[in-house]
Amino acid sequence: MITLTVNGRKKKFAGAPFTRLIDALREEFRLTGTKEGCGEGECGACTVLLDGEPVNSCLIPACSADGRRIETVESLGTPEKLSRLQESFLVCGGAQCGICTPGMLMSAHSHLKAGGKTDDESVRTALAGNLCRCTGYQDIVKSVIGAAKKGAKRK
Amino acid sequence: MALMANVGKSVLRREGPEKLTGRALYLDDHAIPGCWHGVTVRSTIPSGRVKAVRFDPSFPWKECAIVTARDIPGKNVVTLIEPDQPLLADGVVRHREEPILLIAHPDRATAYEAAKRVTVEYEPLPAALTLEDSLALKNKIFKDDNVFKSYLIEKGDLAAGFAQADFVVEGEYRSPAQEQAYIENNAIAAWEEDGVMVVSGSLQCPYYVVKALKALLGRDETKVRVIQTVTGGGFGGKEEYPSMIAGHAALLALKAGRPVKIVYDRHEDMAATTKRHPCVVRQKVGLKKDGTLVAQDIDVLMDGGAYATLSSVVLSRGTLHAAGAYTCPNVRVRSRAMATNTPPNGAFRGFGAPQTLFAAELHWEKIADVLGIDSLTLKRKNLFQLGSVTATGQILRESVGAQECLDVVLKRSKYAAKRKEYDRWNKDRGNPTWRGIGLAIAHHGAGFTGSGEVYLASRAGVAITRDAKIFVLAASTEIGQGTNTMFAQVAADAIGVPFDWLTVETPDTHKVPDSGPTVASRTCMVVGGLVRRAALQLKAALEAEHGRVPKTPSDLKKAAATLCAGKAARRFEVEYEKPPEVNWDDKTYMGDAYGCYSYAAFAADLEIDKATYEVRVRKVTTAQDVGKALNPTLCEGQIIGGSTQGLGWALLEEPVYKDGVMINAQLTNYIIPTSLDTPPFDVTIVERPYSRGPFGAKGVGELPMDVPAPAVAAAIKHATGRLMTVFPFTPERIAEALS
Repeated sequence: MITLTVNGRKKKFAGAPFTRLIDALREEFRLTGTKEGCGEGECGACTVLLDGEPVNSCLIPACSADGRRIETVESLGTPEKLSRLQESFLVCGGAQCGICTPGMLMSAHSHLKAGGKTDDESVRTALAGNLCRCTGYQDIVKSVIGAAKKGAKRK
Repeated sequence: MALMANVGKSVLRREGPEKLTGRALYLDDHAIPGCWHGVTVRSTIPSGRVKAVRFDPSFPWKECAIVTARDIPGKNVVTLIEPDQPLLADGVVRHREEPILLIAHPDRATAYEAAKRVTVEYEPLPAALTLEDSLALKNKIFKDDNVFKSYLIEKGDLAAGFAQADFVVEGEYRSPAQEQAYIENNAIAAWEEDGVMVVSGSLQCPYYVVKALKALLGRDETKVRVIQTVTGGGFGGKEEYPSMIAGHAALLALKAGRPVKIVYDRHEDMAATTKRHPCVVRQKVGLKKDGTLVAQDIDVLMDGGAYATLSSVVLSRGTLHAAGAYTCPNVRVRSRAMATNTPPNGAFRGFGAPQTLFAAELHWEKIADVLGIDSLTLKRKNLFQLGSVTATGQILRESVGAQECLDVVLKRSKYAAKRKEYDRWNKDRGNPTWRGIGLAIAHHGAGFTGSGEVYLASRAGVAITRDAKIFVLAASTEIGQGTNTMFAQVAADAIGVPFDWLTVETPDTHKVPDSGPTVASRTCMVVGGLVRRAALQLKAALEAEHGRVPKTPSDLKKAAATLCAGKAARRFEVEYEKPPEVNWDDKTYMGDAYGCYSYAAFAADLEIDKATYEVRVRKVTTAQDVGKALNPTLCEGQIIGGSTQGLGWALLEEPVYKDGVMINAQLTNYIIPTSLDTPPFDVTIVERPYSRGPFGAKGVGELPMDVPAPAVAAAIKHATGRLMTVFPFTPERIAEALS
């Protein structure tokens, strides 16, 4: 039995230990905000935070998350009350088709929370593991910098 | 015109909050009770006969539903234009990854395992894997000559034009295939519900899927229902292939007697589904000494793959844009789309035009060298302006922003100063890079080609319900570009009510009329126009029957009760009407090829590392005339996003084919731009309104794809002095060109 904390709640996972973390999250815990884009760690759509660090959940076996803390996009805001970062994405056009957005948000959230630099180059570097095919990234970068200016660190 | 409350403003994306919180449900996020997983057994050879299909006797086949061509109740064909593509190969395979057999199982991993336990034995046949093979008839794939379609445009007197020319410049340009690489792979579910086959999934064109299912299942549209789910990108890649997957899922659902979903993994999606058509363009251009164009003779060849799919219309758009955004009195364009034994190519943003415009634009750099006049001067001299006549004899009567876009880009990119600065930089051998700035200009027709919109006869509507809701009804899909938001803006302002009062109905073919496919830069200009007309009808009804357009929710309730008169809802539907001044002749391929064109100018400022030959785009400056930006943030998002796909095509993206199949069908080695590969964009939206577009709007979706590749090539020419006519411009290619 694998025990892990998902978005602040203790969860038990009784499936095969080498089940991919993304499948445990999506199919066992029904947290479908985390998306699969490539299944080989290239696109970053499945990015979640493992003890605060962004990881590709398609490359992590559930057993290696045993006893650890997972945060997914569902841990941020709700449609009624978006987090500052989400609100900034909405205003700046940081989401188009939306499929890369949860992973992108988790990478950006982790970068800001860790006190990462918020100049253009630093934000681009922090997001370099998350592919987006719609936006050309500029509005995503603008969203992250905009949120930082409004003090997203505190969220 | 009344003051617009929403149009022209960056109203927030309608479905944004759901997408930003992980609540938006893409197909694979839906919990479908009792749903099985479908997988596809595909051809492993490019051309041959299927001799036998063997099932490993040690596998528990009783647990599976298995579908072959024999299980198709209707016709085994998915027709877009030609009835040549089977849903499942029946005895003969014509390309690698062609679907042969389908399997569904309750467990996903077991379904994949089952597919591995099927062995197909083939008798290989000759294969035509390249355009050259196809022309040499190495294998006859389509009719007697492998030509899916050919076009001929002839304007003026070509021979007389060349006779007048002081210079004749010839060149050949090759553009590669390109993978759409939407981040959500193809995904479709199907189930039978009260005798109706319901198909739901990630797709661009619900009514294309209806058409396919009707023929495959032998049913009418009342027994087939297609519902779009939230779609994670399309870019043309979900225009046609979803009809195949929908057919597969529907047949498996019938056989299994329960819902079945098919979700491709990245490898399958890239290897099996459509790409941008690889293209070869030959340009022969005659000019006077002063740079005036007098003759253009252009030959276009596209690789369609093994089945006709959309190749004839992709070729049409490529043909119609092949002469570029320039006036020339004597023009001939000949074009052919050829059959090869490779997976069919299809729609991708730009739809044939980026290929031919690459050649048209880059050829100016070659002409510039021959004439000794810089390419900017030459382009400016011949560029479209109000009253210009196109290659098909179309007079550009209004909304021609080409010159303005060019002027804006020259100024904002400091083009002239940078040319000189980089010339100096490149002379200094001690510098670690070569630098260059290159320019491209393009026009892009909005809406279907020629008579296409007339044949489509699209319909859209609005409805007011008894419980006081106002719906926009259209089959045009939100695929990230902002359809939901834009339709609500247009309808709200046409009626004169708040944006929040509008609901855009889910594209569900049992609820919305056929507004045509979500393609061809037509959703704003054509369907947005229909939505506006329908909304104006509702407005007129409100004024006539209720005495006014309601301003408060309580007054809206009263108005709704009056208009609905006891019924659940009242619909106002309109159909496309051809503007009388737009006339096209399919036989001569002359006339008004499109109702209107959008225009773009684009400067790529880049440097090339002298040690690694890597290209780094330092800055992009672009101006695009879209008529009217209905929502500037969304519009700019299209421009930057489309431009980035264009930069990817120019510099990074290259499907590598071996034995008829893409061998780099992974995001690991098919490289699309990341945030670090993408330069800052300086975007200016130019608005030269089109009188027939809603609030003046033209198309924007495809235009940005047309300009990056030729601008990058021109910049590389500036940086290195080499005219590179084959791309992507990878370090390997640049090293070879400079060696």
